Amino acid sequence: MERLRSILVRVAQAIPVVVGVVIISFVLTRALPGDPAVYFAGAAADEASIAEIRAELGLDQPLPIQFLYYVKELATGDLGQSLSTGQPVLSDLSRRLPASLELTIVALLISCCVAVPLGVLAATRPGSWVDHVCRVLVTTGVSMPTFFTGILLIYVFYYLVGWAPSPLGRLDFMYIEPDRVTGFYLIDAALAGDWETWLAALKQLALPALTLALFTMAPIARMTRAAMLAALSSDFIRTARAAGLTRSKVLYTYALRNALLPVVTTLGMVFSFTLGANVLVEKVFAWPGIGSYAVEALVASDYAAVQGFVLAMALLFVALNLVIDIAYAAIDPRIGFENQ
Amino acid sequence: MTTISRRTILKGAGAGIAASSLPFASILPAAAAPNGVLVGVHGETINSLDLHRTGTNRPSYQVAVNCYDRLVTFGLKTLEDGSLSYDYATINPDIAESWEISEDGTLYTFTLRDDVKFQDGKPVTAADVKWSFDRAVTVGGFPTVQMKAGGLERPDQFEAVDDKTFVIKLDRASKLTLPDLAVPVPFILNSEVAKAHATADDPWALEYVHKNTIGSGAFKVVRWDPGQQLVYERNDNWHGELPGVKRLILREVPSQATRRALIERGDVQLSFNIPNKDAKELADGGLTVYSTPIENAIQVVGLNTNFEPFTDPDVRKAIAYAIPYEEIFQTAAYGRGNKMWGGPEKATEPVWPQPSPYYTDLDKAREFLAKSKFADGFEVPFSIDLDQVDWMEPTALLIIENLAKLGITASLEKIPGANWRTASLVEKRLPLHLENFGGWLNYPDYYFFWAYQDGHLFNSSNYQNDEIEQLVDETLYLPTDDPEWAPKILRMIEIAFEDIPRIPLWQPALNVASNGADGYAYWFHRQLDARTLSPADS
Repeated sequence: MERLRSILVRVAQAIPVVVGVVIISFVLTRALPGDPAVYFAGAAADEASIAEIRAELGLDQPLPIQFLYYVKELATGDLGQSLSTGQPVLSDLSRRLPASLELTIVALLISCCVAVPLGVLAATRPGSWVDHVCRVLVTTGVSMPTFFTGILLIYVFYYLVGWAPSPLGRLDFMYIEPDRVTGFYLIDAALAGDWETWLAALKQLALPALTLALFTMAPIARMTRAAMLAALSSDFIRTARAAGLTRSKVLYTYALRNALLPVVTTLGMVFSFTLGANVLVEKVFAWPGIGSYAVEALVASDYAAVQGFVLAMALLFVALNLVIDIAYAAIDPRIGFENQ
Repeated sequence: MTTISRRTILKGAGAGIAASSLPFASILPAAAAPNGVLVGVHGETINSLDLHRTGTNRPSYQVAVNCYDRLVTFGLKTLEDGSLSYDYATINPDIAESWEISEDGTLYTFTLRDDVKFQDGKPVTAADVKWSFDRAVTVGGFPTVQMKAGGLERPDQFEAVDDKTFVIKLDRASKLTLPDLAVPVPFILNSEVAKAHATADDPWALEYVHKNTIGSGAFKVVRWDPGQQLVYERNDNWHGELPGVKRLILREVPSQATRRALIERGDVQLSFNIPNKDAKELADGGLTVYSTPIENAIQVVGLNTNFEPFTDPDVRKAIAYAIPYEEIFQTAAYGRGNKMWGGPEKATEPVWPQPSPYYTDLDKAREFLAKSKFADGFEVPFSIDLDQVDWMEPTALLIIENLAKLGITASLEKIPGANWRTASLVEKRLPLHLENFGGWLNYPDYYFFWAYQDGHLFNSSNYQNDEIEQLVDETLYLPTDDPEWAPKILRMIEIAFEDIPRIPLWQPALNVASNGADGYAYWFHRQLDARTLSPADS
């Protein structure tokens, strides 16, 4: 009960953050260069039609009034209309956010599956060839820009070898998207029992997820290695070893469990910057995600879309931080919420 | 269960299936072509199915062309290289069977065909035409501006006399009216369906037409995922010659490199609007690439006459002689398009665009600069649009390099795309910049109207010349066979080259790569026309 209460307190603490984000995103979008009315008036628009569009978008009102309208609409769950896609921002986000999340989460899973064992291995044999291979691998991964890795993978696996399907987004055009439950194609297709679509979605996902995974491996592997080294040299491990516990027991039950804490922190950070790094990968693979959406919106000074994006991201990160805090407590019961 | 039902749907592909569970007739991309399915890719987002809606962007104009009919349409012709292009000189009937123009040229009477039906089976009547035209001139924004170009400004100019007779009354006779009826804007909607979805706030059913195509055209949009794809399906009851493609899937792929890999591998049959560099390399690699010079369009250097050094015609001429035209044409355009420099001293043909008499000659440039007050040079920012860096950046850098040889220090200033139109066209506050404008109605006087008349949108140079003002006003509505027209156009071009507020560089080309699609036709609206397309092996 105590724990639940403290989680609720943590959630309540997020409210001022969200309010701040609403204000800041509004002010920042207005500070963007460019005039959306001019941009969207079309190629041959004259002054009168630009003025018409400005009025239609409510941009002729003073800023405080515009802000009030924005907040009022926000309260009713209306994020406004995106000019660049011509759709309500809410429906754009709800369709695109799962695409980005699916990509990011799969990428992180791949990344963890490779990086954590690699880090552990490198830490147990510091200075050995495993350590060097690990270092070279993660350094290459992180030093190559994601769009470059992406294009390289497309070139090799799609263009030259022909193993990968056409890089045309989440599903090749001859498949129908699965009935929407979560918006994650892998989950939705599995729920529907449509394994053919599931496989098709997985194939489309492979290259972009791999691209991102290569990029995110470095911080996770480095952090695992460092944390493992620290854990392995600490007193309780020496004690455990002295007590004659088996090597694997020492390694996995004691050292790794303690080393996981900084790794989880790193994961949280990596997750947030991966969502950002998505942008280029999404462009290269024609992935209909939230990153490419936000960039298009920024370029066009599409206020509603930018605001909606910033808000969605803020909520996501508030939630993410909460999850990480809870994960901390699960990993290490000594960490509570009392002091916060 | 799902798998089976999908297979069944795949086999029974056809009309009458809800868009949400749209069937795709092919199993493998390679097998797509024989089934009459084509896949195309482009790099832009289609943001509405309704051209009349506020904020509808240029890539969306193709929906108006593919899914709707007009009263009249342009003909088609075969170009020298064997590719198809719309024919500006021919105006063919579309759903108007015939038309009569009164003696004084102000009354147009159209007789509609009686065999044209909307996609729901309702016959197209003059009342639909009237409603659609009223819509186009009332909703404001670009469609209203474009209608105005043809003298179509108010609903009271249009009348549905009976089901088959539609009348347009003009305030003045104009050669632009008939061609303006053939551009994408005056498309004809099913007014009954539209009215059924109209509300008090939305009398023109903008919300409904935004997401649904309710025309009588060759295709209908059966699926639209904004930011991802658009799927056209052929309307087998179309009144024209049936297109060879049954279904066209148009995918949005933002990355050029990915688009290129797709077309080279043959997984898509068409790549629309590809960069000059790719066009050159793909053509060298043996793929079919159409590069059609865009009519009535040129890339120019704009010299803003509101700013000190450029008020002096000698400075403008100095710059015109300092530009490394050939290098720019090779570097920025990869030799695709038409050269617009080194022309005859005096224009002999009333056509636009045409090569200016300027060429690269630094000595001449220095002579002209010496004549001005700025013999020692000056400093100026050179502005370019970040959205068009592919041609603007190399062009600007090459020009800056040569200007430095004259002692003119130009610094590159990149302006974000969202701000570019405001800065260059609306506020016209860029002293030295690059610009490109192409008019839909292919007449020199129409181009000059937009780009050389004082205060007009594309006159980013703030150019003002009394004689040009008068000549444009006199020629804009004059038929081209009027004996006065050609001499006046020649004079106009002569002044433009003498005053040189805009320095022509080259006429750009629209590049389209095909790998398995036949029948590509170039259109002035620079969007894909699916009506002539067919799979290569059918």
